[in-house]
Amino acid sequence: MDEMIRAVLAEHGRLPVDVATIRDDDDLYQAGMTSHATVNVMLALEDELDVEFPESMLRKSTFESITSIRTALSELTGP
Amino acid sequence: MAGDGGSQPQSNGAGELGPEPDRQIFRDELVAAGLLVLTGTDGLYGRSSVYEDIVNAVDNLAIRAAAAEGAIAYKFPPVMPREIFEQTGYLSSFPDMIGSISTFMGDNKDHLKLLAMAESGGDWTTMLVPAGVTLCPAVCHPLYPTLSGTMPQGGGHYNVSGWCFRHEPSVDPARMQAFRQHDLVYVGDAAGAREHRDRWLQLGLESLAGLGLLVESVVANDPFFGRVGRILANNQLEETLKYEIVSPIHSADYPTAIASANCHLDHFGLPFGIETASGEVAHSCCFGFGLDRITLALLRTHGTQPRDWPAATREQLWP
Repeated sequence: MDEMIRAVLAEHGRLPVDVATIRDDDDLYQAGMTSHATVNVMLALEDELDVEFPESMLRKSTFESITSIRTALSELTGP
Repeated sequence: MAGDGGSQPQSNGAGELGPEPDRQIFRDELVAAGLLVLTGTDGLYGRSSVYEDIVNAVDNLAIRAAAAEGAIAYKFPPVMPREIFEQTGYLSSFPDMIGSISTFMGDNKDHLKLLAMAESGGDWTTMLVPAGVTLCPAVCHPLYPTLSGTMPQGGGHYNVSGWCFRHEPSVDPARMQAFRQHDLVYVGDAAGAREHRDRWLQLGLESLAGLGLLVESVVANDPFFGRVGRILANNQLEETLKYEIVSPIHSADYPTAIASANCHLDHFGLPFGIETASGEVAHSCCFGFGLDRITLALLRTHGTQPRDWPAATREQLWP
């Protein structure tokens, strides 16, 4: 899961830094991810896992770190 | 964000809301009074000179209010270069409201085809190609690319007025496709942008209340497109980036936004390469007076004959 999240961030997050240097709990917005890049990250994650984020998860905090993305995806895909 | 006064009116919040008002009733009144002239397309109207006098008076009120901060005033055409339009992020946020201009660039043969198609009732617009320009969706947008580079110490204040287009056909006279805004813009550091927003929200409330309008400010979001737009809208609400000044045009339960104060963060500073004097990416903030909507709120509140309006209102508008 983490590898997939990192790959999506590398391709769609438009981060000014190498994703490999970002730790799981680092704030992706502080690392330079914009709101519009967040939207692309969200769509790519949905594509990868064939899931749909519900309305309640459509907020920036869902995508603020690799850990928070993993938590959200776990909720969607089940254990 | 880049919406600037385009969001849906917010409700008053607590309590039971009454039924949705019939928004065409007021339009019928305005047409009957000769203030608006129907064109056959919802949201596009001719305006009488009485109506235009009010719009100009509100525009001048905004100019006088902004004079103290020494803002540089500009007017841009209601049409802007396609490249700049793309850089504002409008495609991502509001694709459903875009107005892109197309033109005919064919030869004689193509022209005959175009005419034949039109005569047979076909869709002749399929023979047009993009003209490289779009309609301007918010009057402040053409300003930002002119500021590429480094801002002076303390940032800059700008005063931009003009026409906007958004494709939202409606019988609601307060939801026009072509309408006017007067934007008071700050570009500089993040703290200065917040300060501009807070100051103008207060000044805006005072000046609109001074016209005898019932106004209040509410936290708002722009009507970003689609599911993904929810992220942008939720973020705007959570960070209280946008406030609207609302006033009852159709009903007290569903007041209409007549002005808005919007912190863009670095949304324009980043794509247009604008930096503060200390080398940070510049933030921007826009306070927009919705000139047509304020005019409508005045007509609704004080009646369709401006000469009969309260003296205090008339003195503010025509000093």
